[in-house]
Amino acid sequence: MVNRIVVGAHYGLKDWIIQRATAIIMAIYTVIFPVVVGVVGPDSFAAWQGIFANGFMKFITFLFFISLFYHVWIGMRDIWMDYVKPDGLRLLFLMATAALLVGYTGWAVQILWRM
Amino acid sequence: MTDMAIKKKRPKNLDLKSIRLPLPGILSIIHRISGAGIFLLLPVLLWLLQSSLTSPETFAVFKGVFGNPLVKIILFGLIYLYMHHFCSGIRYILLDLHKGIDLESARLSSKIVFAVSIGLTLIIGAKILW
Repeated sequence: MVNRIVVGAHYGLKDWIIQRATAIIMAIYTVIFPVVVGVVGPDSFAAWQGIFANGFMKFITFLFFISLFYHVWIGMRDIWMDYVKPDGLRLLFLMATAALLVGYTGWAVQILWRM
Repeated sequence: MTDMAIKKKRPKNLDLKSIRLPLPGILSIIHRISGAGIFLLLPVLLWLLQSSLTSPETFAVFKGVFGNPLVKIILFGLIYLYMHHFCSGIRYILLDLHKGIDLESARLSSKIVFAVSIGLTLIIGAKILW
């Protein structure tokens, strides 16, 4: 009989699923993007910018970035938890990573909507 | 009782110099290293994308940076990191779905991951960098 008491925040399974879901979104974008670039064949600034001016491209590019940053959060958190043992230092690395990724999200919005 | 079982001393070898990783193990550690590498390069990539999209002036700056041979070498490496992470990630999802979990297929699929990611890197590198 298994009578192990399960403790903790139970975020393991959720993160495991999100890591894979975000991976699939990025994988699809990784296939779509080169196809779009191949079809458009941007040979100037205007043509290149035009790709991202398209509403659908903007949307899926943003979806890619959100997936990327969430995926990076889970991966980097695992790395810090594996290799950085002192609590204070680990907390510092985790906070710095989270802060950077939140900042990158804002940056990505700015790139896509202020161009 | 369970506590005792968990704390039982088991033999372990963490001497990196004497560990001989099999191919799936090498693939695994490169998956991790490539992920960390992409994380570290994110600000550079976002900056490149931003300058390529903001204005014709920043686009000219982007082209200049993009044309630098040293930058090209770094981007070529980055393309490999991305392709390796992409291909081995697909392999991990298949393993999660219990596809190819026997030793024979796991070794074969690692070889395929290396071959495909190197191939894609060469094709994409040739297409956009040179």
